[in-house]
Amino acid sequence: MKIVVLMKEVPDTWGDRPLNLETGLLERAAADPVLDEITERALEVALTHRDSHPDTEVVLLAVGPSTVPTSLRKGLAMGADRAVHVQDDALLGADMTLTAEVLAAAIRSVGFDLVIAGNLSTDGGGGAIPSMLAEMLGVAGISSLSTVEITDSAVAGRLSIEAGAFDVTANLPAVISITEALPDARFSNFKGIMAAKKKPFETLSLADLGVTTTEDDSRSIVIAVAQRPARSAGIRIEDDGDAGRQIADFLFQNQLIKGRSA
Amino acid sequence: MTGYPPNPVLVLVDTSPSGVLRSSAAEVIGAASAVGTPVALAVVPPGSADRISAELAALGAGYVMISESADFGTALVSPVVDALAAAAEALSPEAVVVSNSIQGRDAAARFAARSRSPLAADAVGISRDEEGIVAHHSVYGGAYNVDSAASAGTLVVTLRQGSSGLRADPREAGTEILNVSASGTPDAVITGYEESNTGSTRPELRGAQVVVSGGRGVGSGEGFALVENLADALGGAVGASRAAVDAGYVSHAMQVGQTGVTVAPDLYIALGISGAIQHRAGMQTAKTIIAINKDADAPIFEIADFGVVGDLFTIVPQLVSAIEAKRG
Repeated sequence: MKIVVLMKEVPDTWGDRPLNLETGLLERAAADPVLDEITERALEVALTHRDSHPDTEVVLLAVGPSTVPTSLRKGLAMGADRAVHVQDDALLGADMTLTAEVLAAAIRSVGFDLVIAGNLSTDGGGGAIPSMLAEMLGVAGISSLSTVEITDSAVAGRLSIEAGAFDVTANLPAVISITEALPDARFSNFKGIMAAKKKPFETLSLADLGVTTTEDDSRSIVIAVAQRPARSAGIRIEDDGDAGRQIADFLFQNQLIKGRSA
Repeated sequence: MTGYPPNPVLVLVDTSPSGVLRSSAAEVIGAASAVGTPVALAVVPPGSADRISAELAALGAGYVMISESADFGTALVSPVVDALAAAAEALSPEAVVVSNSIQGRDAAARFAARSRSPLAADAVGISRDEEGIVAHHSVYGGAYNVDSAASAGTLVVTLRQGSSGLRADPREAGTEILNVSASGTPDAVITGYEESNTGSTRPELRGAQVVVSGGRGVGSGEGFALVENLADALGGAVGASRAAVDAGYVSHAMQVGQTGVTVAPDLYIALGISGAIQHRAGMQTAKTIIAINKDADAPIFEIADFGVVGDLFTIVPQLVSAIEAKRG
């Protein structure tokens, strides 16, 4: 079985994530690029399957700038078999529909039985790419799985929604996304890190994939960006035994407690 | 096109597998009403059209399209995407608005991919300028406000749940039973469904005006009774930090933050929450923030309007009593 895992490099949520107020693009130089944790969990799902099914091939796929190979090497060190990186200047500021078109073309060129992605990235958080890919690839898709069972012919699991949970199953080939209810990723060891240096690593451009973009395409574009003023600290007190009453006073003075009928 | 209202905005409403309208319907119809006439589309099991149609008109839909699908409830997403495609074909709307629920965003994503339309994900509002529909986003945990638009074509917008307070007035609405031809796209099969039994009278976390959240400092699942007591005294919803969820005190559904629910209430009270940047990303646009933590160096104090360094186990009961007393 061939499993393609979508990896995403994102600005570290622990650090600054500045947007350029002219272009709306991330100031990459000022942010630390890291693999999004949820994509590491997606990789863990694939590696866990390979642990018990050694004939499984796990291929990493990412779209992004020149920093991406370093992140993908980390995934190779964890145990993925090979990596594919799509890099092209024409993708700067690409919207989700274009990104999905590019990913779909790359997935077709790699070949797949199952595509595994994270449900929501920590930067864009759109959560739409896996379902867009399923549609473009003409296969079944299940998003936000909190459990995953993979067999030779199907993928099944539990899809938790806001108001309940579905049990679902789909024949392969398929695209799934997983939630952080699934296990954290394994650590890479020294042996894995050394081995990662020798694993196949392919870099593709849009021309390699046969994807073209024109000015006339319908795209989602950023038309304005503004920084919210940073919050500042207000009153801070040490509890001297009446802090509860002081908070109640604060709530009433600021009309934050409604009447009982409200 | 005769019969369709002017400036139609196609609004997909979420329904349960048994055909009950989800509460997000009022919000998406309300948000769409700011930029055009909401045309509500619902996909339901056969026999539900009249009931759903009346409910949607009461929520302010100017026109209602219903697809009665025999596959709804067994096929995961294709009946909804096929209906969206048929409705958009009939209407040629300027925008399609869908709730950014897990099911809503899947349908929106597939529709955008199928029609090669631009997608504006996780918007917190919609407006119109001289060039067309604009989607408003709150990104990087509310650090930036970003506006997006379609360079051409129909903009597909997924609207963050609980982000828009706009509601439309009830009106008379014509109803059309859509004739949807199945695309035959491979789809997942639903083998079981369980509605979560909240049994709670508290407001939903998403969209709540008051949120009281507990963190690791609450100490245990039992300790969350304290968080709930304060939430109930204020008529608020209960949330939690990821640390409290990971420690098993409460379910993931209550998680506020980067990988949980994003809230923007009038009042947010953080109890025993240190305020890691990932938690702040989910609540820092609250109008007023109050924090209680025994650690004076907790980062939550950097953004709190009123911070108390102390023991939440003595302060919160006193606060609850004081609220009750002041109310009389």
